[in-house]
Amino acid sequence: MTRIQTITSGNLQESVKTGGCGECPTSCQSACKTSCGVINQPCENSK
Amino acid sequence: MVHQYKLAGRNMVLDTNSGSLHQVDDLAYDAIARYETHTREEIATELLARYSYMPDVNPGEIAALLDDIAALESAGQLFTPDIYQDLATGIGQTHGAYKAMCLHVAHTCNLSCAYCFAGTNQSHGGAALMSFEVGKAALDFLLKHSGTRQNLEVDFFGGEPLLNWDVVKQLVAYGRTQEERWDKHFRFTLTTNGIGLNDEVMDFANREMDTVVLSLDGRKSVHDHFRKTPDGRGSYDIVVPKFQELVRRRGGKGYYIRGTFTRHNLDFTEDILHMADLGFTELSMEPVVCPPDAPYALTETHLPTLFTQYERLAAEMERRNQTGQSFRFYHYTLDLDHGPCAHKRLVGCGVGTEYLAVTPSGAFFPCHQFVGDPAYAMGDVWQGVTTPAVAAALASCNVYTRPACHDCWAKLYCSGGCAANAYHTSGDLRGIDAYGCTLFKKRLECALALKAAGCIL
Repeated sequence: MTRIQTITSGNLQESVKTGGCGECPTSCQSACKTSCGVINQPCENSK
Repeated sequence: MVHQYKLAGRNMVLDTNSGSLHQVDDLAYDAIARYETHTREEIATELLARYSYMPDVNPGEIAALLDDIAALESAGQLFTPDIYQDLATGIGQTHGAYKAMCLHVAHTCNLSCAYCFAGTNQSHGGAALMSFEVGKAALDFLLKHSGTRQNLEVDFFGGEPLLNWDVVKQLVAYGRTQEERWDKHFRFTLTTNGIGLNDEVMDFANREMDTVVLSLDGRKSVHDHFRKTPDGRGSYDIVVPKFQELVRRRGGKGYYIRGTFTRHNLDFTEDILHMADLGFTELSMEPVVCPPDAPYALTETHLPTLFTQYERLAAEMERRNQTGQSFRFYHYTLDLDHGPCAHKRLVGCGVGTEYLAVTPSGAFFPCHQFVGDPAYAMGDVWQGVTTPAVAAALASCNVYTRPACHDCWAKLYCSGGCAANAYHTSGDLRGIDAYGCTLFKKRLECALALKAAGCIL
């Protein structure tokens, strides 16, 4: 693909089957305290 | 849903439902924009006309491009369907274990920062310190009501938690004694203005706290404008050397330098860069949360300036990344490959369902931003959660129960936004904080562009 560079091949749909353990950090608890963005939270199971 | 935008000379394409991110040229950008609404023939005709000045654009090239787009669609990396609504429907029933607490160990402070939302909390109940007994009961509640969750987060918050330091240390010690018995692990965080930091506090915090959040607004003039001692002196010169020493001794453990910007420092990128120039690398800078009529509130008229600032920040981070001076900005830190699962993205922070704030007297509220609101009192450390209606209302909040989120490209990245901000700005838990949404989307666009630039953040 010369005109399309894939930066990341997402696997979010796969996580419907594998996710939900709940061990990840609470989104705003440890840094911002005033907003909610989950995308910067790492998955515990990927460590 | 596909979100396309152009930023800093890059054409970005985000397939929101898969999380796939692409950088494309102009021809592909236009083809993708038309792919779902036009036939191949219509796209080819339009693009051949539009790009007739480019010698390499011909029918064969466009056919190959459309084949590439079709291949990405088949691979689940473009035009991926939204499959998450059913998961959202059931998710409120499957959760129910608490895993995080914000302990307001001191509803008092040794600074008088005019913009402090916690100051409102203190005005509800007056100055107060949490006793060890209350804190212990809070930890016991968390241990007993965390189900199979192993990692438990506890933030020592305020006011200023160092004003109740002995109790903080006692609670950490108590928590550690319970970890083996309950097969749990506490992750403690300390959020401090830094005034009370000394050698003993630094050593303890660096040993026991997974994260320390250090409040600094940036440049001395900006920091000292709001963050004053009770006698009106700025606190920059007091706290900066202490923060530098604490971080130097921290040995790589987590921390954030966390600032707030207001209408008085719309050029907040300068404050972030100032933090970086002080030697800090883990940075967070938040728009002020306050009533819209506050003299320091951000308004719609400020948005173009803020957008420019976020773009400038991204450009500067890219430049510094190339020269070995990189730092991380909380909102530009993305883990696209190993980030949160779909479940997490649907419910977000878990306010009131996985997360509780505890006042000095032991009262439960859904989070630190609800503290003091009687409509959101949820019980206490002794009786547990006693307001099932409040808990149910919070459990029902997800990206699919917020009408304004239905067609938003960013909903799986913000998880519907902050419930407290939504409630305080719209009056509805299932509403949105539209201003916050606008800023969030701009930050996300900048962060994704940084990924395309190859920045490891």
